Amino acid sequence: MTGEALPRLQRVAWGRVLRDAMLAAAVALVLAIPLVGFQTVEKNAVLGISLRFGWVAVGVAAVFAGRIAIALLRALRPSPPAWAVPLRLAPLRQTRIFGALLVVFAAALPFLPFSSRYLVDLGTTVLIYVMLGWGLNVVVGLAGLLDLGYVAFYAVGAYSFALFAQWFGLSFWEGLPLAGLLAASFGLTLGFPVLRLRGDYLAIVTLGFGEIVRLVLINWVPVTNGPNGISNVPRPSFFGMPFDRRAPPGVTTFSDFFHIAFNPGQRIVFLYYVILALALITNAFTLRLRRLPIGRAWEALREDEIACRALGINPTTVKLSAFAIGAMLGGFAGSFFATRQGFISPESFTFIESATILAIVVLGGAGSQLGVVLAAVVLVTLPEFGRELAQYRMLLFGAAMIGIMIWRPRGLMARREPSLRLNPLREPSG
Amino acid sequence: MSAALLEVEHLSMRFGGLVAVDDLSFAAREREITAIIGPNGAGKTTVFNCLTGFYRPGVGRLTLHRSGRRFLLERMDGYRIAREAGIARTFQNIRLFAGMTVLENLVVAQHNRLMRASLWTVGGLLGLPRYRRAEAAAVETARHWLDRVGLVERADAPAGSLPYGAQRRLEIARALCTEPALLCLDEPAAGLNPRESAELNALLLAVRDELGIGVLLIEHDMSVVMGISDRVIVLDYGRKIAEGTPAAVRSDPAVIKAYLGEEESDELPPEIARDLVERA
Repeated sequence: MTGEALPRLQRVAWGRVLRDAMLAAAVALVLAIPLVGFQTVEKNAVLGISLRFGWVAVGVAAVFAGRIAIALLRALRPSPPAWAVPLRLAPLRQTRIFGALLVVFAAALPFLPFSSRYLVDLGTTVLIYVMLGWGLNVVVGLAGLLDLGYVAFYAVGAYSFALFAQWFGLSFWEGLPLAGLLAASFGLTLGFPVLRLRGDYLAIVTLGFGEIVRLVLINWVPVTNGPNGISNVPRPSFFGMPFDRRAPPGVTTFSDFFHIAFNPGQRIVFLYYVILALALITNAFTLRLRRLPIGRAWEALREDEIACRALGINPTTVKLSAFAIGAMLGGFAGSFFATRQGFISPESFTFIESATILAIVVLGGAGSQLGVVLAAVVLVTLPEFGRELAQYRMLLFGAAMIGIMIWRPRGLMARREPSLRLNPLREPSG
Repeated sequence: MSAALLEVEHLSMRFGGLVAVDDLSFAAREREITAIIGPNGAGKTTVFNCLTGFYRPGVGRLTLHRSGRRFLLERMDGYRIAREAGIARTFQNIRLFAGMTVLENLVVAQHNRLMRASLWTVGGLLGLPRYRRAEAAAVETARHWLDRVGLVERADAPAGSLPYGAQRRLEIARALCTEPALLCLDEPAAGLNPRESAELNALLLAVRDELGIGVLLIEHDMSVVMGISDRVIVLDYGRKIAEGTPAAVRSDPAVIKAYLGEEESDELPPEIARDLVERA
């Protein structure tokens, strides 16, 4: 800030800045009185309220000062700050290198020096959401069908595996494909009635579908055990070898076979690698589909359904295939979720899950595989890292989402890579 | 005179009380460019929408003859008309896949052929050589048409980023990539400058002569209509008021009346009126 900055500072419209800051402070006051000002406390086993107006005053003053600071910063630096300029996204090659590095990191994670059981567990959760995001990406990102009930397929996958295991004694590896198929058929079931719908209308029907599945799970007690859920879902085995301290007669445990000491962490690491493999297969599968006629038809459908029909593309099959494949991937993720938790109940499949998965797709940049990974990492780990902030972590979460939408309105990775090229890509030389 | 490709018999289409098309009969032939003209609101685009399955006509029979087979269009879904009967169309307001590249637009147009070659995705997932050959052939077809409309350089750019005239040409190229028997163009010259119009004329004549397909054309630009049409059909208020060669149509009193009105009412764009009067 040199002498040049001062004349600019004098040109600041102080009246407007102050008015703006007062308005912001007033809004903050209205919000802060109920949110911060009152705190429920227990006094002699009776619920009472303690007043915290001091904190309200601090918050309002901070908003007031912050608003003025923003106005001054803008006046001093009229050009948008560097981090607000859309990132010039790396061409294909750099994206690939970054993706490969990410895979190497993910594969090495359990053996890195700073790794812990908690971190691997968190990584597993991230990867479940990555997989769900990739599945929903087929429906929302590629085919452009806004689906607010994606969690229904996740639930179908989880419950079908748990029930197959309970009734027919199927193991995880036998139940996984069946769960995927069942979820895909649910995708078709949802697809048929909504064929004519688009946009907001489609979103509402899919939202309803998600709720229907959840309510059926709660109320169909003889089959689903209702709100109590299903426990003792079998754990996955390593080629038939369970991760237990002691195996039933005739079965060798993983630790015995490899002559290593039993450690409950082994299963956690194994689960991590299972979901990593599933996610990588999902990625390869969807990337491949995108380059096939069906994938291009999905994108064409997103761009213009009428033009699709005029070109002889049957929109019904294109839509249904997108719903079915998206649902199948959700079903795989669901059965993994069931085997990892060992217990499932309708609680796990509420609307907030659908919203989180959709947020991952939208924040990542609809249609971008790498964007989904970044968004899943942000959305899953942010609330975790914010645990010290206790009840304010959701505030942080919301703020981060708003921030991404302001600075990257089309998602973290908004660049679309063509599915095929006529002229070979010229790498920029500079 | 070549064989009739498309026969429209007694086509009527009404929207509530409005009769958009009223007992219209005409035929379009192979290796001919048939133009449908008429004042705004005469029902031209409605005829197209009936032909391509976007509207279901109230009355009438629409028959397309293709390689010895007969397709009754009024009973077919829109996508089957394009896929089986082989009617490709463009739109008055361009409908490209704007976010996809120029090349992808042309490859999507070959969807059904590629779908079969990829064994409905299974073979494509397995990477069968049959699919890879089919995809290479589709790209070659696309390159051929891009070359014809002068867009090879822009092949990997998003279609929505092209200038208007290029988007019109691309939409025609995309329709041709479906290997149609009949190409329906809804105002292809709208918004083109005279040089682009002349290029369009040359392209359409080449399409007619080389591919031997029929072209059905809705157009207001009289330089296009009079320059390249083999036959002209004039609609007014949904009815056919004249049909014949361009020369015969432009001297038809009923046509002049429809365009210019009986008295001095001048609702026609002045350049068309001037053009008609000059040629008459």
